[in-house]
Amino acid sequence: MKFTRREFVAGGVKAFTVGFAAPAFLSDLALASGATSRSLVVLYLSGGNDALSTAIPYTDPFYYSRRPTIAIPAANVLQIGTDSSGKPLGLHPRLTGLRSIFDDGRLAIIQRTGYQNSSRSHFQGTDIWSTANPANSVGAGWLGRYLDALPPPVDPLTGWSTLRDLPHALLADHTSVAAIPNASGYVISSPNSGTTEQTRTRNGVAAIASHVPLERPHVAYVNGSVQAVLTTFERVATVGAYVPTVTYGTDGLSQGLRAVAGAIVKGIGTKVFWVQIGGFDTHASQGTNPNNGAYSNLMGTLNAAITSFYNDLRNQSLLDSTLILQFSEFGRRIGENGSFGTDHGAAASMMAVGGLVRGGVYGTAPNLNPAGNGGGTLENNGNDVTYETDFRSVYAQVIDNWLGANSAAILNGNFRTPRVNFI
Amino acid sequence: MPKPAPAIEHLLRRAGFGVSEADKATFADGVPYRQAVDRLVAFSGETDVDDSIGKSGFLGTTVTGGFTPNTNITHARQRWLFRMVHSPAPLQERMALLWHHHFATGYNKIAGLYGGADAARMMDAKPSTDPARQMGQIEMLRQNAFGSFAGMLLQVAQDPAMLVWLDGITNVKAKPQENFGRELMELFTIGVGEFAESDVYAAARVFTGWNLLRSGAGASSSYRFVYNPAQHDTGAKEFTFPVNSMGGMGRQPRASNVIPARDANGGMQDGLDLIQALAYHPLTARRLARKFWTFFVSETEPAPDSFVNEIAAVYLNNRTSIRATLRAVLASAEFNDENRAFQRYAWPVEFVVRSLREIGWAGFSANDALTPLTSMGQTLYEPPDVAGWDLGLAWFTTGGMLARLNFASQLALNQRVAIRDASRPWAGSANSLVDFCYDRLSLPPATLDNQIALVDYALAGGAWTGTDAQLLIKAPGMMHLLAGSAEYQLV
Repeated sequence: MKFTRREFVAGGVKAFTVGFAAPAFLSDLALASGATSRSLVVLYLSGGNDALSTAIPYTDPFYYSRRPTIAIPAANVLQIGTDSSGKPLGLHPRLTGLRSIFDDGRLAIIQRTGYQNSSRSHFQGTDIWSTANPANSVGAGWLGRYLDALPPPVDPLTGWSTLRDLPHALLADHTSVAAIPNASGYVISSPNSGTTEQTRTRNGVAAIASHVPLERPHVAYVNGSVQAVLTTFERVATVGAYVPTVTYGTDGLSQGLRAVAGAIVKGIGTKVFWVQIGGFDTHASQGTNPNNGAYSNLMGTLNAAITSFYNDLRNQSLLDSTLILQFSEFGRRIGENGSFGTDHGAAASMMAVGGLVRGGVYGTAPNLNPAGNGGGTLENNGNDVTYETDFRSVYAQVIDNWLGANSAAILNGNFRTPRVNFI
Repeated sequence: MPKPAPAIEHLLRRAGFGVSEADKATFADGVPYRQAVDRLVAFSGETDVDDSIGKSGFLGTTVTGGFTPNTNITHARQRWLFRMVHSPAPLQERMALLWHHHFATGYNKIAGLYGGADAARMMDAKPSTDPARQMGQIEMLRQNAFGSFAGMLLQVAQDPAMLVWLDGITNVKAKPQENFGRELMELFTIGVGEFAESDVYAAARVFTGWNLLRSGAGASSSYRFVYNPAQHDTGAKEFTFPVNSMGGMGRQPRASNVIPARDANGGMQDGLDLIQALAYHPLTARRLARKFWTFFVSETEPAPDSFVNEIAAVYLNNRTSIRATLRAVLASAEFNDENRAFQRYAWPVEFVVRSLREIGWAGFSANDALTPLTSMGQTLYEPPDVAGWDLGLAWFTTGGMLARLNFASQLALNQRVAIRDASRPWAGSANSLVDFCYDRLSLPPATLDNQIALVDYALAGGAWTGTDAQLLIKAPGMMHLLAGSAEYQLV
């Protein structure tokens, strides 16, 4: 069952509480730290990241006994100290740039985030993380609800997906969100040459799209997209012309982050960005070769992209107004499968990077002992990482302390906990 | 030009790829609706149009070196678009596209493991022109377009591309691989929430030993399905729903939830049993009925129970026949309700193919549609994930909509001389030029707002003269505005 935005349009605009009052202290906090120019960059590792290969409990004998061919050798990990339970952790060997960021105190790792009865379905899992609602994961996404709660009118560039499609998390009830994978290609063309005819074309497009027939909401919705193009393409063009201070890779994630940096530097008003990297559904051949194993390559790409972005913003003194929040729809099983990979699992770690992040390791590493991993709720007990921190508590931290909004209203419940005060 | 009846134009937009000038002649007013449906669901003539690729008067292709669509995925994409534009059996191509979405398999993962040439073959090789007579997945779906769903599901489970895509090739008895077993139930048949984790594990064990084997040598070798008894888990498998442990081909649901233990040599029957049980599962019938509703009838309202019940019954009573099911959908009162015309959002591929067929293709290369299609969010042979594409409003992001507007512009520019020539009889006034564009594009009648906007556009820059010089600017310009309008994104 997949949700599409039409449910909202077909039923008319849903009632939604707009303009709730955030607690005064939150608003003050947000204002004091210049919330208006802050941006959140959500980074989604699509496919279910094997977090046990990202932040590795490299002294746990069960990590090696249960992953005889795909475990990262202890000698290769990039040590980052211990968590609060005293368990030593190391980053994947390809995450050298992230390790430097960790050493700068600007990388937080939150271990074992998730929710009860974690879905093993990519799609349901993604919907749950997107809506922040494990019980009923349809409707607007958590970031869409944040956008909807901003004082209207909300500019269509307030949210920007660097994908061609709009991720469910950014789906809003009544806010248009831009999906622009390539800023420099964002122009309206005309079959006729010359600026005069091109202007006439644009006027024609605008005139046709300006009619929003209430009795035909499906037509109105598409016209809304055209209108959003018309009101944004000049600003997006400035992002297309952005010259970064570092060289970004040619992969999709690097190019996405390059556009995000451009938008931040040019100050076009975007508050929430979405970037994504796929390939994490590593059922087979995760690989152990640190240079070209499948998982190592993913980590290499991730590391290079984040490091370029971080350095680009640091060079322009914009780190303090930027927060990256990384997640994936689920973690993977503790034990490897017969294909030198790992199957769909449960809890995983999240990461946050930014100038104002309180770096360090939050939460505790999982118990990898097959006999001692009770309390799991799934069939393959003992093979899943059990969650410790509700992922909505991480969202709450970001909503309250970074976006300056009221997490209880946006998440439909109070998930605040001081244990994850990374920002 | 005679025009087909509105009901037949509706049928052609939904079950074909729009209404070309040739369609207007074929289905000119007077062809009974039933006959038009027959022609779509049971076309009896030659459907292979590949011989016309590269000939003038047809949609063009662009390649460096030879055209090798069996082994080059970019060529394969051009070939498929060519077939959609020119096939006399457009519903067959449309069903292949629907099944591509349903059994969504991506080229890149396969290419990463087997190389681009073999991956392209696994995706869409045409047996008659492949040295090993390999049949690609999409060709298999095309050939099954009107066959039985149960038969197609079995071929999907044994399809080389699928075996790679959902990791069946690593499914061995010591460590069953869950990926295919899970998606078989979650996406291909009964749907999420309708099965337990224990079913996933049992299904994984059912398909242990289903693998690929490279047979033949050199250029005429290919990857084929093979059942490897040595890697089959011979134990009994228990499900939470009835499985047909008789393994017959009929509809014989039994109360038993257990596939019995079988010796290794006979163990392939496990998979046949499970596929049979899932294809005939009432929830599969209902899920497909809803899928057909969304694909053919309406995306702006959910399928009524009465429609789901009726279509699911046709599916089950006709041994999962897709042809019988389609006939029932297209003959239904719901499909033929004029209030449901233009209530479905065109997929990017549908929009592009319909534009080509209604505006013109001669001198346009299919290759020039590939990047725009990707920008619109739909790359053939590369769905975003195993759940297929996000349909409906999800296509209409700002970037996706801009790509549609710009494709319309690109095509109108390419076809501008032909458009001018065709518009000459309508050159009398700005209003009649608007009528020409509406007639050409099989749109609903112009709203007053759009009529005014288009006339304003025609008159921007000077009074109406109807000269060739004016038509050469305004006719393609107007065609662009209309093909890029919200109305044209609906079928």
